[in-house]
Amino acid sequence: MPTFTMQVFRGDPRGGAFKDYRVESEEGMVVLDVIHKLQATQANDLACRWNCKAGKCGSCSAEINGKPRLMCMTRMNTFPEGEPISVAPIRTFPIIKDLVTDVSYNYVKAKAVPPLRLKAPDADGKYRMWQEDIDRVQEFHKCIECFLCQDVCHVIRDHEELKTSFAGPRFFIKIAGLDMHPLDTNNRTDFVREQAGVGLCNITKCCTEVCPEHIHITDNGIIPMKERMADNFDPIVWLLRKFRGARKEPA
Amino acid sequence: MATPAYETHEHDVIVIGAGGAGLRAAIEAAAQGVSVGLVCKSLLGKAHTVMAEGGIAAALGNVWPEDNWQVHFRDTMRGGKMLNNWRMAQLHAQESPERVLELERWGALFDRTKDGLILQRDFGGHRYARLAHVGDRTGLEMIRTLQYHGIHQAIDVYMECKVERLVKDGDRVSGAFGYWRNTGTFVLFKAKAVVLATGGIGKAWKFTSNSWEYTGDGHACAMWAGADLIDMEFVQFHPTGMVWPPSVRGILVTEGVRGDGGTLKNKAGERFMFNYIPDFFKGETADNEKEADAWYLDKKNNRRTPDLLPRDEVARAINSEVKAGRGSPHGGVFLDICTRRPADYIRKRLPSMYHQFKELADVDITTTPMEVGPTCHYVMGGVRVNADTTESTVPGLFAAGEVAGGMHGSNRLGGNSLSDLLVFGRRAGLHAALYAKNMGGRLTVDAGQVEKMSRDMLEPFTRSGGENPYTIQADLQEIMQHLVGIIRTESELKDALTKIEALKERARKTKIDGGREYNPGWHTALDLNSLLTVAECSAMAALERKESRGGHTREDHPYTDDAWGKLNVVLRQREGAAIQLTKEPLPEMPAELKALFQERK
Repeated sequence: MPTFTMQVFRGDPRGGAFKDYRVESEEGMVVLDVIHKLQATQANDLACRWNCKAGKCGSCSAEINGKPRLMCMTRMNTFPEGEPISVAPIRTFPIIKDLVTDVSYNYVKAKAVPPLRLKAPDADGKYRMWQEDIDRVQEFHKCIECFLCQDVCHVIRDHEELKTSFAGPRFFIKIAGLDMHPLDTNNRTDFVREQAGVGLCNITKCCTEVCPEHIHITDNGIIPMKERMADNFDPIVWLLRKFRGARKEPA
Repeated sequence: MATPAYETHEHDVIVIGAGGAGLRAAIEAAAQGVSVGLVCKSLLGKAHTVMAEGGIAAALGNVWPEDNWQVHFRDTMRGGKMLNNWRMAQLHAQESPERVLELERWGALFDRTKDGLILQRDFGGHRYARLAHVGDRTGLEMIRTLQYHGIHQAIDVYMECKVERLVKDGDRVSGAFGYWRNTGTFVLFKAKAVVLATGGIGKAWKFTSNSWEYTGDGHACAMWAGADLIDMEFVQFHPTGMVWPPSVRGILVTEGVRGDGGTLKNKAGERFMFNYIPDFFKGETADNEKEADAWYLDKKNNRRTPDLLPRDEVARAINSEVKAGRGSPHGGVFLDICTRRPADYIRKRLPSMYHQFKELADVDITTTPMEVGPTCHYVMGGVRVNADTTESTVPGLFAAGEVAGGMHGSNRLGGNSLSDLLVFGRRAGLHAALYAKNMGGRLTVDAGQVEKMSRDMLEPFTRSGGENPYTIQADLQEIMQHLVGIIRTESELKDALTKIEALKERARKTKIDGGREYNPGWHTALDLNSLLTVAECSAMAALERKESRGGHTREDHPYTDDAWGKLNVVLRQREGAAIQLTKEPLPEMPAELKALFQERK
């Protein structure tokens, strides 16, 4: 069996560096297997997150050879033999230790999204929905919250000052999923414009490219949302709101 | 050594674990107006529930109007070989439809019938197509729905926080003590009531569908705090885990593959399940390929395929085929859906199976059969609880989901776990809140208890030499895989117990590299305490039960024994003493429910 050289980032908020490890390869190995092997044999204290090891939980996000990926779904045999492979924490979020970052930004944004407001059921008390009406929303529900889309989003990555007024691609599809939900009656227009900041997205599709679930984040989520915003935009109302402040919706 | 520092949080109810059961419990407790804390080892939304695939069993009757709670109850009891706590199985069957509809009202989008209702799929041991599902990612839909509903309730969430021990005030529970994974600093949760929703113990086996989290924390904490554990000999080996390549061995392949038309074959291409139909299920199972094939098209007039027998039966059958030399190249059998179903159908119904085999095994399941074999998946045993309230034998301590015992008897049916989480998660949250409301007096936590716990937890850092905790964990996994696996025998179980004893000694001498911040080596060393405890419980109970039933098969006692069918193996431990084992009678089922089993003899 060949051996690999893995360059794994070791460090914490005070600083750090890549450290080289030699690992013997086994058939079918993914990057997460290598990390586990390092923990078991060479570096007990190497920090990483993982749970399902099957691309379902979105815990093991990292930047592998500079590319944001899930470690559990990245096969070692996809890399050229003999070349070192680097594994670093996702760059956009503050490091905690080694491959673990502080992703609490995403949990703050999650809580801000106005939730489902349920419509009344049919006369017999049941809710009916048609498969073709929910196909698109089910696509958004595939999101495993790996936050790789958030990691590559230029607005989040490069503009610390915009963090309070921008939700990021993960939450654009969350909002889109709610807005397209056949049972929802909530109006998120103001939220999308003012707090989620969909206008700041310039549709470079970086988020769509890294999505391990292959969700069409930009085409099916963000662009239709931008279009709805344009339809809803009334400059006089906007101006009034600027002066008087947004009116709270009745609870 | 100075007393290690710790922070304190106080709540009426603390829920430990944020999978389906924990989230549902926290939501219900918050709805009762008490103060709720939800503690989870991972980030919110990453718990084991996220990996559940096939569906939630509930007698909604959307596909088969004939279905009702009595049929679901009967299937569940028969699947568990009648060892289930009948009252839990009854409540579960009665309440699961409402729990599923409630998820829909909270935003879950299940696949639909042509009438716009929730579609239901066939699964092993269920008489009718009963599982509400979303393709093969039902668990993801369920946890995300509960998560996003939960974050808008008054619940304080403590993420990446591991509870190590429960604390007590006299006989009753008064909180939990643990550490933050990020910083390694200690935290005390004072609470009037504690809900355990910590999941299972599958990390004690080598080939497992379970993640690092499944180290039996709740089972062990409960027993250390004085609670009874029951049925710990019953461990479910899911018949279909991936077997190749080695790095993915054990990863789950949903039963939905068989529910949607997949069949099991040996290397000769023979559908071997026809050779393994037990008498108990003969009446409702097709005994030839013609009838089994016809069942896919006409379920009213044909008996179901033996590929959908309960999991214990299928796992044993696969094990036997492989042992007889009729297995696939990598020590499994073949699971073939591409012969019966077109590629589009497979990709639509089983998208993550398609993805998983394509990416991890270079296998296209729309053209090629999968190689599958049994993988450790679920523990039926757990904390003994009051069926209605979920309260354990320790006042103030509640348990729901996989950590609780009794609901599934000796074998769980697929789909009955997600419904179990919802039904008993809600009940746990409700009754923990009521308990907290009714509790008079002040909450006290003995500082001495907490100091001792924190000193014990830091001890590995103080050792100069010692052993790698990962090596001990791997050795335990080998022992459990080979000596406490699908087929058991007295000599091997005794051998396992001797070896576990030796591992306990080694676990006292682990050595840790690095500091307290996010240190998996330290976490693994601490997890060994609970992992070794539950492994011992499982082996002890397996040695005691001298019969074969459900998830417990004894080579030296190959038949079910009616006398054993009336008994639970109960384990309990007094502080610092050895684990005690007793046999205690099952609760007696009332006559009107017994009648359900006589109708269709």
